[in-house]
Amino acid sequence: MNKLMNLLFAVAALFAVALPASAQEAAATLDERVNTAFANFTGPFVNFIFAPIPGTSFPWIVMWLVIGASVFTIYFAFVQFRFFGHAISLVKGDYSDPNDAGEVSHFQALATALSGTVGLGNIAGVAVAVGIGGPGATFWMILAGLLGMASKFTECTLGVKYRNEYPDGTVSGGPMYYISKGFNELGLPGGKILAVLFSVFCILGALGGGNMFQANQAHVQITQITGDYPGWITGLVFAGVVFAVIVGGIKSIARVTEKVVPFMGILYVGASLIVLIVNADLIGWAFGQIFAGAFTGLGVAGGFVGALIQGFKRAAFSNEAGVGSAAIAHSAVKTKEPITEGFVSLLEPLIDTVIICTMTALVITISGQLLIDQTTGLYMLNEGGSAIATVGDNSGVALTSAAFGSAISWFPFVLAIAVILFAFSTMISWSYYGLKAWTYLFGEGKTTELIFKLIFCVFIVIGAAANLGPVIDFSDAAIFAMAVVNIFCLYFLMKVVRTELQSYGSRLKSGEIKKFSH
Amino acid sequence: MKLLIGLDGHSSGKKALEFAKGIAKRVDDCELIVAYVIEWSPFTFQTPEENEQRHKRREEEISTALERVVNPAVAALSEAGFNARGRVRHGNVADTLDAIAHDEGASQIIIARSSEGGITSRIFGSSTANLVMNARVPVTVVA
Repeated sequence: MNKLMNLLFAVAALFAVALPASAQEAAATLDERVNTAFANFTGPFVNFIFAPIPGTSFPWIVMWLVIGASVFTIYFAFVQFRFFGHAISLVKGDYSDPNDAGEVSHFQALATALSGTVGLGNIAGVAVAVGIGGPGATFWMILAGLLGMASKFTECTLGVKYRNEYPDGTVSGGPMYYISKGFNELGLPGGKILAVLFSVFCILGALGGGNMFQANQAHVQITQITGDYPGWITGLVFAGVVFAVIVGGIKSIARVTEKVVPFMGILYVGASLIVLIVNADLIGWAFGQIFAGAFTGLGVAGGFVGALIQGFKRAAFSNEAGVGSAAIAHSAVKTKEPITEGFVSLLEPLIDTVIICTMTALVITISGQLLIDQTTGLYMLNEGGSAIATVGDNSGVALTSAAFGSAISWFPFVLAIAVILFAFSTMISWSYYGLKAWTYLFGEGKTTELIFKLIFCVFIVIGAAANLGPVIDFSDAAIFAMAVVNIFCLYFLMKVVRTELQSYGSRLKSGEIKKFSH
Repeated sequence: MKLLIGLDGHSSGKKALEFAKGIAKRVDDCELIVAYVIEWSPFTFQTPEENEQRHKRREEEISTALERVVNPAVAALSEAGFNARGRVRHGNVADTLDAIAHDEGASQIIIARSSEGGITSRIFGSSTANLVMNARVPVTVVA
């Protein structure tokens, strides 16, 4: 293993030394070649996932996610609001048996899942949504976040209920397990095929949103500070560090990241609040823009439908409700009641989308980075007419950075560190999700696991080198493809969750389930 | 009568055991409970892989604590003719020792003077100090 790592670092060093000579030109062409090849290869898949409903411009996949979340919300009678207080009590550990101390707690499972979702979706993804769909996208994003809480509840309950517990005490769970075992239990056909299909999409999602998008935007953020340089260099450095963690087993790096990332999250929300407090007089106006934009579009491309599509898309991409990834992370918790993990997980879209994403959207709106035509009060479009014109023509993470920078001049530096850490922690989480799907398909074993991990590292370099457009399209498409299979299967399995919910609810009411005095 | 003896794996624990034996000799029907708490918080951040392995690690931690600290102490006490048994739990040391004493109905907790030191104990206080401040039963700290 040491030899392998030495070789990797030697190759990386060789690239770094050799670069200045043949330099920028060759590097730029390499980036372009990677970009073109990638866009051509993924085009048909992306086009299928984002195909509009005939006669409209509305992508069917967005409708699919929203209908799913709405169905679960109604089917479980607004579980996200009824059991919200109970979810908080569970996270606090009020219902945890002291004799189980030392096992994975509800808080730890939630924090681990959150570190996989709170990331660039909240910083860069929201900027993309607001940049294209205007402030109105925020309204739809919040609505999708609130509805998504029910999707998350459903999938995470099933994740714990149908997880595999091995004789050595380790566990494996996630949609591939609940689809195959759940369908089997209900006597439904096709469970195994659907589980395999989900696993394939999960691997693509891990390589897309959980990897390339992160590497890409981390590179953009670094170049904001250092000036432009070829993306593959960032990719190679990231790949080296990820390689050291997931292949080399240097867990200390991951551990440090896992500890720093939550503080970065708090710092990010804190900085957002400072910007909002400094501009307190504009908060009312910003909410006005959000509500007006939600129903009229305020001049954005595609009108209010454009705002709605962007809001729903980015919410789903950010909080991953209905995608199934969180079910993999949550299934490690120690509980005798699978449904308790469902309650805890419904806090995820709330924290991720309703709180953090909304903060980003408000800061961008208030910062004045989005250009408004003063005579009409509508947003001005860029030259291509595809997005709102911004100060300095920024988009994605650069737009968020500029928005914070306009209020706190030094914040882009902190944001750059936050982005790199968020990107890294999301990559580590998704490398695990992807690996679980990979081992479900190909079996567990050191060689099969190493193959996936190497593929994962190669895609980091591709992601950092490619342009935002093809990367974001592929990332969205891959993650949404997971949701196609997952939500389809959840419709069949949701009655299992309802039985659990009814049983737990009545026992909670009767006092059979009690708080432990700690 | 039940006495709870908190050990931390250091040699100073022997003094606590000796002190407890001294009391037990003078009392009829005294049970000695030897406890070891593995420092753990449910509010830490872990990677997905750590979570996956957690149950296995917990079992390993408990068996290591039993093998190295608790079982030898219990065996030595039993050989010396005392009625003794052991317990291992995860958690905050001070809170957990107090909770075990409360659950078991122990009449006092006996611990050795803290072997912790440095900046951490200065800022957050040592487990011994926290136990003395917050326990619901008398605590004897053996120097």
